[in-house]
Amino acid sequence: MKHTVAALVEDRPGVLNRVASLFRRRGFNIDSLAVGTTEEAGISRMTIVVEGAEGIAVQVERQLDKLIDVVAVEDLTNLETVSRELALIKVAARPDQRREILDLIQIFRAQVVDVAPNSLIVQITAAGDTLDALLENLRPYGVREMVRTGVIALTRGARTTAVPHESAEARRFHSESGRRPEGELPFVTE
Amino acid sequence: MTMMSGADIVLESLKRLGVDTVFGYPGGVVLPLYDRWPAHPEVRHILVRHEQGAGHAADGYARASGKLGVALATSGPGATNLVTAITTAHMDSVPTLFITGNVGRELLGRDGFQEADITGITMPTVKHNYLVMRAEDLAYTFAEAAYIATTGRKGSVHIDIPKDVFLEQADFVWPETIEIRGYRPQTVGDTVLIEEAAAIINAAERPIIFAGHGIILGNAAPELRDFAEKTGTPVLNTLLGLGSLPPEHALAYGMMGMHGSYWANHAASNADVIVALGMRMDDRALGRFADMNPTAKVVHVDIDPAEHGKNIPTHVPIVGDVKVVLAQLLDAVEVNSHAEWVRWIDDLRNDHRLSMSVPPGEEMSQQHVISKIAQFIGPEAVLTTGVGQHQMWAAQFGNISRPHQLITSGGLGTMGFEVPAAMGAAVACPDRAVWTICGDGGFQMTFQEIATMVDEQLPVKMAIMNNGFLGMVRQWQELFYGNNYVSVAMSQPDFLKLAEAYGIHGIRVTDRSQVDAALKEAAAYPGPVILDFRVEAEGNVFPMVPAGASLSETIEEPQRVG
Repeated sequence: MKHTVAALVEDRPGVLNRVASLFRRRGFNIDSLAVGTTEEAGISRMTIVVEGAEGIAVQVERQLDKLIDVVAVEDLTNLETVSRELALIKVAARPDQRREILDLIQIFRAQVVDVAPNSLIVQITAAGDTLDALLENLRPYGVREMVRTGVIALTRGARTTAVPHESAEARRFHSESGRRPEGELPFVTE
Repeated sequence: MTMMSGADIVLESLKRLGVDTVFGYPGGVVLPLYDRWPAHPEVRHILVRHEQGAGHAADGYARASGKLGVALATSGPGATNLVTAITTAHMDSVPTLFITGNVGRELLGRDGFQEADITGITMPTVKHNYLVMRAEDLAYTFAEAAYIATTGRKGSVHIDIPKDVFLEQADFVWPETIEIRGYRPQTVGDTVLIEEAAAIINAAERPIIFAGHGIILGNAAPELRDFAEKTGTPVLNTLLGLGSLPPEHALAYGMMGMHGSYWANHAASNADVIVALGMRMDDRALGRFADMNPTAKVVHVDIDPAEHGKNIPTHVPIVGDVKVVLAQLLDAVEVNSHAEWVRWIDDLRNDHRLSMSVPPGEEMSQQHVISKIAQFIGPEAVLTTGVGQHQMWAAQFGNISRPHQLITSGGLGTMGFEVPAAMGAAVACPDRAVWTICGDGGFQMTFQEIATMVDEQLPVKMAIMNNGFLGMVRQWQELFYGNNYVSVAMSQPDFLKLAEAYGIHGIRVTDRSQVDAALKEAAAYPGPVILDFRVEAEGNVFPMVPAGASLSETIEEPQRVG
């Protein structure tokens, strides 16, 4: 089963290494991983698709959350989401085959973004299985090269995977509930 | 604002953090730091003989005192020599800070002399690490690193500093508070889960407590006792949980697991409710996960949510500081006694006591020597061990009665931990006697630190269980590999001459009748002592749960298995 996990991370050197190292060490199988900037400066968002048994998403989520540079984690697998992947597919196409290919990709709402005498590049943005279906249909012509971005996803509606706020209100809540957002120095125990 | 060099910022930061001791070893890239050390006499530098020794000493210091342990090494080989110690401390959640130098910023990534990608190397074995590229970031980084190491689930943190950052001038700005949006350890247990746990505990007929290292690290021994007494729940310990309840307590049933007692393992297997406190459901404590009492309801209290459900299913996972959560639970549970259940375990103990007792006869068994040492030094002393047979016998016969009394590498199982960890404990606890029980194998891995003990006048008593074998490996070859002894018999130097070479006292003990006098003589000597106990060559540790078996398959008799 595939699980989609979103992680908001500090945009710092080594953070990708930390996440990759964690997945390797714990034996989590990465299907795809997409990283990019977010609406908040200094925060990047990783969308990770993990292949594994039912319980694995919980371990992935908790182990990720243990990393200091990971600010928030959410398992999107069972939420209503918009998830998309972008692919560029270079297809072998003789001039007499172009029309046929154009008709085909229209069904998938894909576009041709580059044409050469014996090949063209198809661009598609879609959910994973639509993309796989297009790929299957293009294979007979000869797929010469392909690149995929990996899945990215957002929950539908107003709900967000939020960076924890540091408002006075939140801070009071956190300290009252025992989640201490700040530590008194020094921290040396008895 | 005060401008200072990166080196001064490092030392000033350590001072602000209350660090009084750093175990270190100099080298090229940390010279700018050492150059400034005389200006900061409040921070004691202890020059070790090997960086691994520095790391284990910092670990021993932290375990004995509960304070942050700090070790320092130079770049390249100095840094890589720390790796075993960093991993050892982190596996056992010991609050430690490891500082390394690295080549100058211009040379990073160019494979220069003594460059190692040490932050890349330590990344999977630390709680967090840093490569600090600007002197102005040093103070905050040290404050944050110490905060991370000593809060939540404690652990090791590593800071790597390029040489020229030590020389760079910057304002010293000490943070008043630390705020990390990706790190908020939850200390208080969720009230709904506390109620759920209390209902399960109140309804239990055969409850059992698994008390782990978290009780010691979280200073929760008094809360554990109150909770066990109020609910009438028997207490078992993991190896690192020993000392959380004194063995003479009516509800204390000692160590569970691979070399735990028959009664402890059967109590664990027959309980209807398991209350696991500050422990991580390790395979050595639980045996085969699938058969570790699959019908029991499990209440698991741990500050690290990733431990819940990692190895066995948990019914009530409570995230929080075990000291705080135990206080919450204490209010929520009813007074109870489980007289019949306790009697059942007592009867089991009475019937099976022989399987965990000192063998009779005149043989110099390790069990005999170790229980003599434990009796002699008492619970106020600190006892460190290496890894293997002597470690298990120290757990069985060490009479571990108070937190921080036993210092041993549980998770990583690091041979050679014992001597430098004892050195660190001796620095942390100058008023306590510090003894270490060593294997003859592990002792030879790190005994170079005797020279450090001599320099620093640390009177550690080193009792070597000298049987000429890597005992635990030999035991496995005997039991599971048909007596096929391969690379387990080992020669030693003359340990008395070694003692003489280091200018310390050495005592050889070849017969039971000499043990008492030797211990007295060692204690009376003002400096470090090597005790060379010539013990039985082929003794085996029992009871035993064979690797991959379940706790209910505990073997008591020295029989061939597998």
